[in-house]
Amino acid sequence: MSTITEKAEAALQKKAPYGSDVDLGDYQCDAVSHEYDPHLSRFSEGEKEHIAEVGILPSREERAGSFVLKDHSPVHCSIGQEGVELLPMSDAREKYNNLLRDYLWKAVDVGTDKYTAQTALVSHNGYFIRINPGTKSLYPIQACLYISGEGIAQNVHNMVIAEEGSELHIITGCTTAPHLKKGLHVGVSEFYIKKGATVTSTMLHNWGEEIIVRPRTSVWVEEGATFMSNYVCMKPVRSVQMYPSVRLMGKNAVARLNTIVIATRGSDLDIGGRVSLEAPGARAEVISRAITTGGTIIARGLLIGQVAHVKAHLECSGLILSDEGHIRAIPELDGWVAGVEMSHEAAVGRISLEEIEYLMSRGLSEEEATALIVRGFLNVKMEGLPGELQEKIEKIVNETGKSVF
Amino acid sequence: MLLSIENLTVEIAEKEVLQDINLEIDHGETHVLFGKNGSGKTTLLMTIMGFSGCRIVRGRILFKEKDITQLPINERAKMGIGMSFQRPPTIRGLKVNDLVNTFNNNGEQTIEQIVHNLHFSEFMERDINLGFSGGEIKKSELLQLIVQNPELILLDEPESGVDLENIKVIGKVIKKLLQKNLRRQRFKSGLVITHTGLILNYLEADRGHLMLNGRIICEGNPREMFETIQNHGYEECVRCQR
Repeated sequence: MSTITEKAEAALQKKAPYGSDVDLGDYQCDAVSHEYDPHLSRFSEGEKEHIAEVGILPSREERAGSFVLKDHSPVHCSIGQEGVELLPMSDAREKYNNLLRDYLWKAVDVGTDKYTAQTALVSHNGYFIRINPGTKSLYPIQACLYISGEGIAQNVHNMVIAEEGSELHIITGCTTAPHLKKGLHVGVSEFYIKKGATVTSTMLHNWGEEIIVRPRTSVWVEEGATFMSNYVCMKPVRSVQMYPSVRLMGKNAVARLNTIVIATRGSDLDIGGRVSLEAPGARAEVISRAITTGGTIIARGLLIGQVAHVKAHLECSGLILSDEGHIRAIPELDGWVAGVEMSHEAAVGRISLEEIEYLMSRGLSEEEATALIVRGFLNVKMEGLPGELQEKIEKIVNETGKSVF
Repeated sequence: MLLSIENLTVEIAEKEVLQDINLEIDHGETHVLFGKNGSGKTTLLMTIMGFSGCRIVRGRILFKEKDITQLPINERAKMGIGMSFQRPPTIRGLKVNDLVNTFNNNGEQTIEQIVHNLHFSEFMERDINLGFSGGEIKKSELLQLIVQNPELILLDEPESGVDLENIKVIGKVIKKLLQKNLRRQRFKSGLVITHTGLILNYLEADRGHLMLNGRIICEGNPREMFETIQNHGYEECVRCQR
């Protein structure tokens, strides 16, 4: 552990290669503690609605487990299915001190940048999920990362271990109290997906207009295992920079990364996904849909073909709906041997007049036609979502389609 | 008169594509447009529909006695003009089913019935025109038209790219769309572009027009005109009318 501390201290001033630099000194690492809330009843009705917007159901119905981190306090942690373990990271570190040595800071390099370094040195908890071999979670586990204290930094360290042949869906809903102006969220997430296991991770962001977000996610996927990620951020936020990294380490491992983001005026999003295909038969698909109505988006994507007989596709599509907005799509393919099959599509532009007029010829107004096209553009198939969450995302997409005027 | 086009001259990208077009279609009539590729047939249909790329330099278009020359596309559609496109755009993510449910104006048949008649059910959850074959595009267009239920139906080569078996399906649907089963009180009208003439068997068309270099240069019985074109080419049809 001392090595980790040393590496973290050495990286405390290390800027991230992407995204605007954040002065960590501007955010407090102390926060008021909150009482444990066994029934999630301490949230006001307004707060409940707010967290429901990011897929967190206070009723906990149709959820295999629930975890809520309010500022730095794990205020709720409950599990409703055998074979699935959900703990605050602080408890997991005590309970599994030896086991965690094999996992902590293995997938994510503590020295990646100052955000990972600070999280290692001043961690504000997080969730630990472990699912037993062969266990299939009937419902998703929901985890809410909530900031209510003005001007604080929330440095979260999460870990997910899916043992062989297990199946797990995690919904991570990240949001702030409605009144909150300033805050920083750093989320380090390490996923270990063992042979034949499947993990779906759906992350919904609904931050405030001045919030800075720096998730740092790495995923190790073993033979025959699958990792599916859905990331949705359609509400204003000051800055998000994330570049999750997936290593397909075993034969026939699969990764699918879907991203839907909208940047309103004042939002700065630098998002993407990187997949390294390291074993024969590995397959990956990285799809992003980005819309700007005035904000800036950099949509990155990188596929690294390390061995032969791998197949991967990358798609970065951007729609510019305002003269003030800016989208830069950076798809990259990195092939190291013959026999890799990797491709990409990237398109950035306005909605085509031909499409709008085609729909107008059916009697739709220009506004209605544009809304339908935007809705279609954002209509990325996200597998494994529970019905109510699918409906919620569709509702946000519909509202976005209508509100672009 | 349902549609009157008077002295219409149209430019696309500052190039004159239609010159001095005059055309009248009455309630219940079906007219056919013949002409070589590039003669201006599609431009005429798109100008009637109101597409912005077709700039009217002179003349006017009356629909139901109202001057629609400056009217936006969707207003024309709402007045009762509908078009089946030869090469419609692909709209990713927009399902056929979601689209047709936004403008359902057909009080007689349900969407399910229309889809069934067109043998199109397996395409309803597909993105509009994405990976559709020629025949599937035509069926999607016809489905939209029937749901839209317009009075003036503009069909741009409804049979192109369609196999013989499906031409029957499409032909029957067009026949019904144009109310050819009604002897009286037929109020739907059509303006149809065809190259192959195969669709003529289903149209019972009233009048044919031949376009050449952006002008309508002759008119007549559509079957006789098509026969002349088929046997002797477009030039002979032009010569014979002179």
